[in-house]
Amino acid sequence: MRLVLSKRENSSRWMSLLSPLIAVALTIASGAVLFAAMGLDPAKALAIYFLSPISDTWALQELAVKATPLVLISVGLSLCYLSNNWNIGAEGQFVMGAIFGGGIAIATHGVANGPWVFPAMMLAGMIGGAALAMIPAMLKTRLSVNEILTSLMLVYIAELLLDWLVRGPWRDPKGFNFPQSVMFEAEAQTIRLTSDGRINIGTLIALVVVVLAAFLLSRMLKGFEIRLVGEAPRAARFAGFSQSRLTWTVFAISGALAGLAGIIEVGGTMGQLQPTISPGYGFTAIIVAFLGRLNPIGCLIAGVFLAITFIGGENAQIALRLPLDVTRVFQGLLLFFVLACDAFLIYRVRLVRSAPQERSA
Amino acid sequence: MTMFEAILLTIITASTPLLIAAIGQLVVERSGVLNLGMEGMMIMGAACGFAAAILSGNSYIGVLAAIAAGMGMSMIFAVLTLGLAANQVASGLALSIFGLGLSGVIGAPFVGARRDTMARLDLPVLSDLPVIGKALFGQDPFVYASFALVIGVWWFLTRTKPGLILRACGESHASAHALGYPVLKIRLFAILFGGACAGLAGAYLSLVYTPFWSPGMTAGRGWIALAIVVFASWLPWRAMAGAYLFGGITILQLHAQGAGVKIPSQAMAALPYLVTIIALVIIMSRRGGQQSAPASLGVPFVPDR
Repeated sequence: MRLVLSKRENSSRWMSLLSPLIAVALTIASGAVLFAAMGLDPAKALAIYFLSPISDTWALQELAVKATPLVLISVGLSLCYLSNNWNIGAEGQFVMGAIFGGGIAIATHGVANGPWVFPAMMLAGMIGGAALAMIPAMLKTRLSVNEILTSLMLVYIAELLLDWLVRGPWRDPKGFNFPQSVMFEAEAQTIRLTSDGRINIGTLIALVVVVLAAFLLSRMLKGFEIRLVGEAPRAARFAGFSQSRLTWTVFAISGALAGLAGIIEVGGTMGQLQPTISPGYGFTAIIVAFLGRLNPIGCLIAGVFLAITFIGGENAQIALRLPLDVTRVFQGLLLFFVLACDAFLIYRVRLVRSAPQERSA
Repeated sequence: MTMFEAILLTIITASTPLLIAAIGQLVVERSGVLNLGMEGMMIMGAACGFAAAILSGNSYIGVLAAIAAGMGMSMIFAVLTLGLAANQVASGLALSIFGLGLSGVIGAPFVGARRDTMARLDLPVLSDLPVIGKALFGQDPFVYASFALVIGVWWFLTRTKPGLILRACGESHASAHALGYPVLKIRLFAILFGGACAGLAGAYLSLVYTPFWSPGMTAGRGWIALAIVVFASWLPWRAMAGAYLFGGITILQLHAQGAGVKIPSQAMAALPYLVTIIALVIIMSRRGGQQSAPASLGVPFVPDR
């Protein structure tokens, strides 16, 4: 018994929409098996995981807050992956954005300031994230150093830098020695959309970014260049597109978006810098990008779904005493299934029984 | 034991898991496959190895369980990338995320449990040699296994026919296929070997290096092992040198902190990651750094018929 793959002549549009849904369905099914294996009632556990996060308006606001960074980061990563640039250090770029933006909030703390503070923080956050992403881009284009390893190593470095800052120079002097910065002033907090809820302007920004990126990819020359370099690098060279300039561009964009997500998150949900500011948004966004088929609109939908798993995981921790790691198991499984389903799109997969002796071509 | 001997001993301890993991990955990459799931396979080895050792009360059963866990994880990767020709980078990342999560679930009941580290195995006569005797020949079985792996893999890749075929698959899978070699089957064996090594390296962490389990305890070592393979230009002996360089830096960092060097501890902790980047830069800026990579590395192979 063995698998035989043969390329499909043309992939059907229907299947390409359907395959992420099949992947989600398979993930939920294996979740049921996993819960049963852990001695839980699968129906009850799945309800807590996947339904409780979308049960009322309060929960929906929380969902929007969690989905925002995922969507922002994954749209940037999609541009990278489409053009064969493997930026997997978005987690570090997220942290760097929070550090740069948070620096402004801390510097203006207690000083008379105006409505310019938060926009300045967002700008600084984008610069911070982009600056960190430029390092792997530079090493890749100048010295052809593998960007996967360098961008990942920078995640650890950025996290340690934040840790040092909030325990050292940026620690709140009146904070009873807790490792955290001062609370940001009202002007330095992410602008809220409602007076009582948690939803903030970041969600609107994420929606605008999705629309802009979709427009870029489908209607603009740059978007064509990104797709061409990824799919047919030789043809792109003949067309005169510079591969290294594109690498710089997509790394800068994805770094800036991750940095923006970082400062929106810190200014919105915490209001201060802490040693750990992300439950792994930068890594989960990789899954979001693939589940969304590297398409901005797809990223929006996939981002909402993965936000559900984050909140569902927290709810399950409280209600079922499940370790938070179950969320990661789900997310890993989801990516497995997405990748497997993609194969069924590109290839016709057949199971051949007892292979006849291969004749070499 | 002198100070020098003690430092040498700790450097070997810190380097061994990196060496075992890197050697496994080296074989995988020489066959033309890039498995970024090292971190996930390694941590699964650490969790399953520790859990099995606690439950059975026997460290060797723990080691076997760790190897099985690493191979099981690598099998998932093989099904995706060989069976379904999926993107290797994304599949490896998925494996890492999945492994970090599942190891947390498996290890949760064992947080706080402790075991004695595995007994040292003194080689008679040799371990009485001055200076290097205790460090090289008075070690735990893993250290000997890592030496054996380096020699064995070097011999296999450069001196045997199957090793030559494996390298051919990595350099040009189309040519290897045209000559009638079963490319996918060879890659499957390479991936499983890599998984076994990663599991073994993980077992070393949770059974010897720190004899307890804590979530995320691999702390990026799987990724550093990947960097060591590049640093080593895909050559076993250089991988050994690379692993000892990184292990040395880890120990240097600990000793500097212990000696009260006035540098923030976070800066010291960041050192291995920083050195990884610098090492990659140095290797790549030398002449022909990139040329030593297997030519078919990371390219899926779908046999034509």
